[in-house]
Amino acid sequence: MSFINYSSREINCKIVYYGPGLCGKTTNLQHIYQKTNPDVKGKMISLATETERTLFFDFLPLALGEIRGFKTRFHLYTVPGQVFYDASRKLILKGVDGVVFVADSQIERMEANLESLDNLKVNLKEQGYDLAKVPYVVQYNKRDVPNAAPLEEIRKLCNPMGVPDFEACATTGQGVFETLKAVAKLVLADLKKMGG
Amino acid sequence: MMESQLVMQQGDFEKVLAIIQKLVRDANAKGVFVVDKAGQLIGEAGEMQGIDSTSLASLTAGCVAATGGLAKIVGEEEFPIHFHQGQRDNLHMSLVGDRMILVIVFDERSSLGLVRLRVKKAGNELARLFEEIRKKAETEARTHGSPFAEITDDDIDNLFAD
Repeated sequence: MSFINYSSREINCKIVYYGPGLCGKTTNLQHIYQKTNPDVKGKMISLATETERTLFFDFLPLALGEIRGFKTRFHLYTVPGQVFYDASRKLILKGVDGVVFVADSQIERMEANLESLDNLKVNLKEQGYDLAKVPYVVQYNKRDVPNAAPLEEIRKLCNPMGVPDFEACATTGQGVFETLKAVAKLVLADLKKMGG
Repeated sequence: MMESQLVMQQGDFEKVLAIIQKLVRDANAKGVFVVDKAGQLIGEAGEMQGIDSTSLASLTAGCVAATGGLAKIVGEEEFPIHFHQGQRDNLHMSLVGDRMILVIVFDERSSLGLVRLRVKKAGNELARLFEEIRKKAETEARTHGSPFAEITDDDIDNLFAD
């Protein structure tokens, strides 16, 4: 749910990074945090376990600039990827304006990708959303690993809807900003259409 | 049904601020924040301006959402009031209507009883106001469409021009 404030002339939107455990959602946010100017970003919050696994969510507020005199602010969230944190994942999807599905390119994680994608659809539906109607992009992360599935194969499995998709390596930053820009564009384009 | 976007005009924003500024005085609070359940900060008042209110909003929404999840597990619809007691400062959160959260930070200059009393009145006023804002936004959307219908693809592209 975007929040448009005419008084402070701001548009606020919420983007959620979804995907299986250890696919690189937090790494995406960390890269964005490290590579953006201090004046456009807020503090990054990670609610993680002692072993740095996401426990509840990561949060990064980002200002992307002005559009027609309105400051655009994006709030980036990640969900905990591990299967048993499903209750937490549902909560974070509340009020979402755009979704990035981060798929793990390793062949042995394909089943986990599919399970997480199904879980995303179910949890969105519970909140009253339809994945086909939500601004949504897919990122194939860890393209640099030796056991990465061929692009066509992972695309067929993880992007049956044919939404904009990106190859990435979040640890080096390849594809991270391209993914963010694509989903942010879709969210803003959606604002044009949404009457309320 | 997907939640509609929240569109707030200047006049309504000033009304929100007036209510929470009064609440700061009436409850002897350090700070008052209005946050929506998705984690957006709607307004703030008091002597705490300058703290990281964006993070405060996000964590408040997370906390309320988690507690709401707990409520459902034990058979409650929700826990509408949360209170966190600290060494110096305390935090009182209460649900306002179905999509807002009112957060009060107070210290020894106030008391939980006073805060609860004042929050009740201000919460009701805010709930009524947000309902008005919601209805107004719906009517506006029906008659005029999206307030951002005039955004062009070029505008969006320009935002990302490096």
